[in-house]
Amino acid sequence: MIDTIGTPIFQAPVAEGAHDQHMILNLGPQHPSMHGVLRLEVEIDGEIVVRLYPEIGYLHTGIEKTCEAKFYHQVVPLTDRVNYLDPLSNNLCYCLAVEKLLDLEIPQKAQWLRVLLAELSRLNSHLIWLGTHAMDIGALTVFLYTFREREEILRIFEGLSGQRMMTSYIRIGGLALEPPLDFLDRVQGFIKTLPEKIDEYSNLLTGNPIFKNRLKGVGYLSAADAVALGVTGPILRASGVDSDLRRDMPYSGYENFQFQVPTSTDGDCWARYEVRLIEMRESVKIIQQALDGMPEGPFKADAPKIVLPDREKMKTQMEALIHHFKIVTEGFAVPAGEVYQGIEAGHGQTGYYVVSDGTAKPYRVHMRYPSFATLQALETMCKGRMLADVVAVVGSIDIVLGEIDR
Amino acid sequence: MAEAKTFIGKAAVLEGLPEHPAVKAILAWKPEALMDAKFDRGELTLTIAREEIRAAAATVQAAGYNFFEDVTAVDWFPSSPRFQLSYHILSHAFKERIRLRVMLDGEAPAVDSITPIWPGANFYEREVFDLFGILFDGHPNLRRILMPDDWQGHPLRKDYPVEGYR
Repeated sequence: MIDTIGTPIFQAPVAEGAHDQHMILNLGPQHPSMHGVLRLEVEIDGEIVVRLYPEIGYLHTGIEKTCEAKFYHQVVPLTDRVNYLDPLSNNLCYCLAVEKLLDLEIPQKAQWLRVLLAELSRLNSHLIWLGTHAMDIGALTVFLYTFREREEILRIFEGLSGQRMMTSYIRIGGLALEPPLDFLDRVQGFIKTLPEKIDEYSNLLTGNPIFKNRLKGVGYLSAADAVALGVTGPILRASGVDSDLRRDMPYSGYENFQFQVPTSTDGDCWARYEVRLIEMRESVKIIQQALDGMPEGPFKADAPKIVLPDREKMKTQMEALIHHFKIVTEGFAVPAGEVYQGIEAGHGQTGYYVVSDGTAKPYRVHMRYPSFATLQALETMCKGRMLADVVAVVGSIDIVLGEIDR
Repeated sequence: MAEAKTFIGKAAVLEGLPEHPAVKAILAWKPEALMDAKFDRGELTLTIAREEIRAAAATVQAAGYNFFEDVTAVDWFPSSPRFQLSYHILSHAFKERIRLRVMLDGEAPAVDSITPIWPGANFYEREVFDLFGILFDGHPNLRRILMPDDWQGHPLRKDYPVEGYR
């Protein structure tokens, strides 16, 4: 039974005698287990959650409105800041949408590198999820270990783009820069050791009776409810729905990679934990395939009016200088139309809906982010359970408030 | 999927994609509710009459488009009709996405909510209400979601300045 999220608890009229035994508790917005500034109004009967109402919007910065005032290429850095734990997936989704409008062909090397980076970004996101989730449950050690591995990913990003988090590395038409010479070796070195590290996390958590008892059977979400509420990503797969856009509607050359899509039918927090751990191992396999089959060639499309020229060419060739000047000062016109591009990001399905009216600025950019929909399922997952389980469930759905509020 | 082809207009889509499950389902249900259609860049857009959107959503849901992804609006100010609602609906079985579109007038825009059909539309319709001021009839809790409750105006409308009112 799905609960339609009704009126907020504080404002709801109290029925005669109905809430005599109930207490209303405010969780957040400044609470260490809320993963940002999320406020939950929880109505409890003793320790049992009767109702739960999420109140969001504390981080709303109007990014979608800002996009309408920028040139197409200026939107890329804004997309980083929406989901700051999975920045390259956001870049990728936006760029794919605009490239679909432009009907732009992306060279194979750029596609391969994009897949590699999207998977590294997914690992980054999953590592943070695992660390913070375990920390919420009380296993602090894992947090220190996962952040050690995340640090190496951030160093790789830094070597690539000069930025640790807000990389803006994937651009319309390809990539921002040629990757540094040691890039592929560093990635190889990193993923060579990662499976052992995942075993290490698994050793710390999978056999841990406290961790297991806190997660097993907690936060159950049935497959039908998950689909009805718009839940995507690992949470949907942990509820038994076999859906992954990387395999079902491949983008950016994912059809050339072999990987498994893990699912579970348990639908509880433990299933989400297991599914994400397997996903991390699958990501390692995808990165290995991308490294082994890395094609030669250019890393950006041959479209001088859209893609910024190389620095060297810009300083030696008149035409390149003119193109550079034009792109930076007046942008480039994009044919009128509307496209929706969905990708499978770390948290679930990300979608960008871009509407163009034929000018150099997007007429409308709408971002569909998975956590926004997942939050609607929170009441269904927590109702009738203990209050302490709310913390476990919020950790297991892996939300980022930046992408909810935008 | 006929990726490279483009069909603009209802007649062209009906001729070009007669076997498409969503098109078939809509035609079998109520052909006059389909106002316009477009197949562009591999994406099918079906424009539905304003009064019929909830029934159309139920129809495509029954036809296999089981997963509601997204609803958002576009403000075409100052042209008329002013607002465009775009519903994105995915089918896990067909591995394909369709877009339902509804056009609304600028004066007191309102449309039936599809939350009774997909509970997941709840937050999305609240967001559209908050940022565009479009009312959804039959929504269980149509309140502002991102902006403060006492906010004046609807920020994503085109006549609302980017830097806000100062």
